[in-house]
Amino acid sequence: MTTHRQRQQLLFLCLKSPELNSEVVAWALYDGTLPENEIQMETGDMDIPPYRSVLSAMRDGWRVIHIPPLPYLYQGQENQLGYLPHEYVLERMVNV
Amino acid sequence: MNTKNDSTPLLLNALQMASFANEGVLLCADMVPQELNRAVHEDEKNLARRGYEFWDESTVLREVFNLPQVQGAIQSFVGANPIYDHSFLHFVAPGNLKRQNWHVDSGTFNTNPFHFDIQAFYFAHDTPIEMGPTLVLPGSHLRRATYWNIGRYKNIAGQRPMVAKAGSIAFMHQDIWHCAQANQTEKTRYVFKVRYKPAAEQQKCFNLEGVDSPEVKDMIGKQQPWYGSDFQKDWLQKLEFWRHLSGDDHLHFS
Repeated sequence: MTTHRQRQQLLFLCLKSPELNSEVVAWALYDGTLPENEIQMETGDMDIPPYRSVLSAMRDGWRVIHIPPLPYLYQGQENQLGYLPHEYVLERMVNV
Repeated sequence: MNTKNDSTPLLLNALQMASFANEGVLLCADMVPQELNRAVHEDEKNLARRGYEFWDESTVLREVFNLPQVQGAIQSFVGANPIYDHSFLHFVAPGNLKRQNWHVDSGTFNTNPFHFDIQAFYFAHDTPIEMGPTLVLPGSHLRRATYWNIGRYKNIAGQRPMVAKAGSIAFMHQDIWHCAQANQTEKTRYVFKVRYKPAAEQQKCFNLEGVDSPEVKDMIGKQQPWYGSDFQKDWLQKLEFWRHLSGDDHLHFS
């Protein structure tokens, strides 16, 4: 019997809006298949996102594991902006 | 960039300041004559005391920051008689492929969100993309984010490497998102940073001619590629920032 060892890849996709087919504006890949001495995705190394949208990534086998809640608008701070709001987390299990 | 021989500070114009208000960064080319750039670069390579001590050690560097066009730009951001905070000669060794995570340079906020320190990054030598100039995210300076809490992001639409020719100075808002990049060349990359605090209210410090012109209106309203469904809030913050800098709370672009 063949046993497969699996590792997790995590893909963070920040969208323009909460709608899963909206445009990716920020992205990060954390690849559990890479050994310690190999370079992960780093800042500024990719000007084009790996997928146009979350839906596009789902079609390529990625599973959505976190759906961000909509930003809560605190009274008196409705116009404040901070971190990128529509950050989806996707995973893919890869045999190694 | 205009230059002038006498010592009268040359203030930035309204369109330059509007660009800074929108993006949180203003790259000014040809600020420093080439003979000074060459002399500073020699000091960068040869002086023993660098880092925090380079400012005191390099006479020619201080000459750069006494130029009327440099004095005028600094005054445009933080007013007359700004307070020297600190300075540092940064360098990235040849072949250093490590990139920094996204961050802002502070873990706290000014009580007034429109108060800011200015950081001037002076390039004494050409810094092409291969040398890994600092990566910035234009338009991020008014976001409420602290230090390394933005470190999970890796790439963001609209991220911009500060590619610069010798003699350029990039003026950055204290809270702009940024990170150092890899140096893929065989030469050391240097950039000198100095930070100034305001000693007075940061209002009407620049050349106000055209402060409400159509060109300024377009600049304040310019969208960044990473803005999302809250783009109107981004626009409002830039407008409020511009009203503060202009000293006119009722300035409208309609």
